[in-house]
Amino acid sequence: MTIRTDMATGSSGFGRLLLAFALGAVMIAGAVNGESRSITIASTTSTQNSGLLEWLLPQFTAQTGIGVQVVAVGTGQAIRIATNGDADLLLVHHEASEREFVAAGLGIARHPVMHNDFVLVGPGSDPAGIRGMNDVTSALRRIGSGEHVFLSRGDDSGTHKKELELWQSSGFDPRPASGGWYRESGSGMGATLNTASAMDGYALTDRASWVSFGNKGDLEILVEGDTRLHNPYAAIVVNPERHPHIHANEAQAFVDWLTSRKGQAAIAAYRVAGQQLFFPDAVPQAGAADGH
Amino acid sequence: MNEFSSAIGAALSMIVTFDAAIVEIVLLSLRVSLSAVAIASVVALPLGALIALQHFPGRRAVVILLNALMGLPPVVVGLMVYLLLSRAGPLGPMGLLFTPTAMVIAQSIIVLPIIAALSRQTIADLHEEYDEHLRSLGCTPIQSVATLLWDGRFRLLTAIMAGFGRAIAEVGAVIIVGGNIQHATRVMTTTIALETSKGNLALALGLGLILVTLALGVNATALVISDAARQRYG
Repeated sequence: MTIRTDMATGSSGFGRLLLAFALGAVMIAGAVNGESRSITIASTTSTQNSGLLEWLLPQFTAQTGIGVQVVAVGTGQAIRIATNGDADLLLVHHEASEREFVAAGLGIARHPVMHNDFVLVGPGSDPAGIRGMNDVTSALRRIGSGEHVFLSRGDDSGTHKKELELWQSSGFDPRPASGGWYRESGSGMGATLNTASAMDGYALTDRASWVSFGNKGDLEILVEGDTRLHNPYAAIVVNPERHPHIHANEAQAFVDWLTSRKGQAAIAAYRVAGQQLFFPDAVPQAGAADGH
Repeated sequence: MNEFSSAIGAALSMIVTFDAAIVEIVLLSLRVSLSAVAIASVVALPLGALIALQHFPGRRAVVILLNALMGLPPVVVGLMVYLLLSRAGPLGPMGLLFTPTAMVIAQSIIVLPIIAALSRQTIADLHEEYDEHLRSLGCTPIQSVATLLWDGRFRLLTAIMAGFGRAIAEVGAVIIVGGNIQHATRVMTTTIALETSKGNLALALGLGLILVTLALGVNATALVISDAARQRYG
């Protein structure tokens, strides 16, 4: 039916189509980057996938009128984005890299915001027999020496860096087994957990990503509670002296809010499946808890 | 199997309830991909026609190059555009990274060779029929290109829709240059990638079904129109 009318009007049907395309282009042009009071955060997948930022950001925006856009990638990539000046603020979880970023003059100061912990997950059948171990490095050694499938992020993320540090302190080098039992997915936490679930493999994950992950299958938490599994998150405003276009004031306002009583209470109040995922770390009155 | 039935359920409930978040994402997907196709078409259609009509040294090489570029990996285009638009890159001061405009630019580059290569073929076929006629009228190359593009407009829709199909389905480029920012640069494909990474496989597949339905609708439209055009021009 519509074809007939199109054919009847002939060329104008085509004209209308072109018009529609042109309108689309105009709509796009209008949608571009209008607000000035808006900041871009480079953060990690755990803060996004867990839903934490979706919970925090509307509260911050309602109180300050500052819009926040989040690019969620691995910590390594987030730091590169911030280094290039493509984000105003970093919210990541790898302390050594963060300190390096500030020391290089790329960021103003490192503000501890919150923490949770990493856990070692694996199939319920637990072929390596690590369930309930308190020492994460001996658990890794047991996985390695038994050549049980282990899924590594392999993407330079905070979790990946943490995992490599744990292997190093375990004294076991998994790299020769890459492609064998040691499998580097090269992708995000969720994709890696999906793969671990499908392969009945072990994996290191932050607890927030784990709790909010919807495809656990046979995977369960096998090792937790080792102090070396501590997972602190910190915020760093990108140095506007390096990148004059950075919205440093707005970004600092977000850091101030995150580390304020209100922000810290909001972080503590966030629950998934009745479970608190992030624990406040900032001391409100003390202001910036900068660690040099 | 269970995943599939819950995926269909998820897709249906999102469609039936006209889920606001989904509507926003679908509209952005359409806006970005339609804009990219419009921009690419403005360049690619005349370019394809010119290559079809003009004889110049190296023409065959250009045709081969154009055909090869149809297989341009979106992730590579995304990376190139990212490096160009990054604050540290040559176009950094424009502040376009992580905006829909960046996504339009990347998709335009991806679909341009597709539309150009397919329209070149279409115009070349049409030119065989029209050659004598155009010659007898003493048309200049520009006039010939314009005439063939106009008379071939319905057939060219297929080329344009092929470009659209590619644009609406790609994830590699838009996730790099757009950043998958909620309410800003999140489109269908990046949402599917995100939900997959959250382990919400049924929801992700449900979104996939909506995307496939969209693409199906657009491609069906293209086919119907080109069929109708063929009937008319025989």
